Amino acid sequence: MSAGSVLVVGASAAGLATAEALRRKGFTGRLTLLDAEPHRPYDRPPLSKQYLAGDWDADRIRLRTSTVDDALVVGEAAVGLDAATRTVRTATRRTLTADAVVVATGLRPRTLPGRPDLAGVRVLRSLDDATALRAELAAARRVVVVGDGVLAAEIAATARRSGAEVTMAGPQPAPLADQLGPLAAGLLADLHTARGVRLRLGTAVAEVVADRGRATGVRLADGETLPADLVVVAIGALPATDWLAGSGLRIDDGVVCDERCVAAPGIYAAGDVARWYHPGLGRLVRLENRTNATEQGIAVAGAILGADRPYAPVPYMWTDQYDARIQVHGRPAADAEVTVTDGAVADGRFVAVYRHAGRPSAVLGWNMPRQARLRRADVAAAYAGESRPEGAR
Amino acid sequence: MKVLLDQDSCVASGQCVMAAPDVFDQRDEDGIAVLLDDTPGADAADGVRQAAAICPALAIAVQD
Repeated sequence: MSAGSVLVVGASAAGLATAEALRRKGFTGRLTLLDAEPHRPYDRPPLSKQYLAGDWDADRIRLRTSTVDDALVVGEAAVGLDAATRTVRTATRRTLTADAVVVATGLRPRTLPGRPDLAGVRVLRSLDDATALRAELAAARRVVVVGDGVLAAEIAATARRSGAEVTMAGPQPAPLADQLGPLAAGLLADLHTARGVRLRLGTAVAEVVADRGRATGVRLADGETLPADLVVVAIGALPATDWLAGSGLRIDDGVVCDERCVAAPGIYAAGDVARWYHPGLGRLVRLENRTNATEQGIAVAGAILGADRPYAPVPYMWTDQYDARIQVHGRPAADAEVTVTDGAVADGRFVAVYRHAGRPSAVLGWNMPRQARLRRADVAAAYAGESRPEGAR
Repeated sequence: MKVLLDQDSCVASGQCVMAAPDVFDQRDEDGIAVLLDDTPGADAADGVRQAAAICPALAIAVQD
């Protein structure tokens, strides 16, 4: 199918990449790029790092929009979709219909149950979240970061730089333990501890405790209370699909799509919100990472323009914490067998290969980006679908 | 085609090298991207545009 008009809902990395790629590939039809936030498109990875630290301002994290400026509509939320007619309703009561609709609405942060309106409790997803958190961090003396994943660890590292006392609290034994396995997670725990972050891990957080509407700490499942004047909740996120209730699309931990990122005839999904059938892995997957947002957006643009190509990427994520740059090609399993292939753990520079049933499934680079990329070829086979075309990454 | 690379923004993902291996490489010591050819020929153009599009740090710009 080749569409005469395209409506992209969500103008963050995935939606913007879709729109840009459409224009780059020669699409000349009507294009609309709609976003609920009042801001022009911006990049999210720096929000927990350079932007939160105050090293970069908002201009520095703007995404490039020069080829799609005429299509951009910001500050107008999509509130409903009828998949059968490809019609989107917006918060300003407009209805927009297009030959192809791309869902790229991303995620919304999970919150702790109850009392979401307390002062001194923050989440980090949007630019406005980051701006508010940045201001409160500057004044905070005791910060508790609730969570033990990538975002929590990056926020803890950044918060520590501002001189506050920082505690990270979450159920895993070490930061990113489920994601990276015991070796890398153990090194991350050592790194945070060495930089003065207190790790209070291995116990779930029960609730935020408060006095007169303001957070005073968090209570752990084992009964201990960690005092805080600022609580940052970074316990993951959920696909932003509330607006798709009643749309006719299948929603199950994201917008469920086939291997060409098609959710229904003329409806596509890209980025954090998309749960698509990865032909190499043989199952539905949803990836919350920056490079997938762009790559999947480009793939969706191709699909809209008639390319008949399944989307089968090797997942890639990175995180920067203090002076450690960690990059992962593929999806490590916490119970994989891990072998260091380059460098040495003791030197703070190494590449580790994760194997499952003897087959390489992921590569992790710790301050060794080039060498990790070179090892990526070893894991690519695990993600290649049989129907995957030559030359596709 | 003229390629501009901002090494200060680069996050060493290496995506550019995978997209256009004749135009980009990474430094051994820290993985920061380097330009092998800042005025590549037409045969490299698609790969370079792809590199600019997928760079997660927006560190690559292309001038025609």
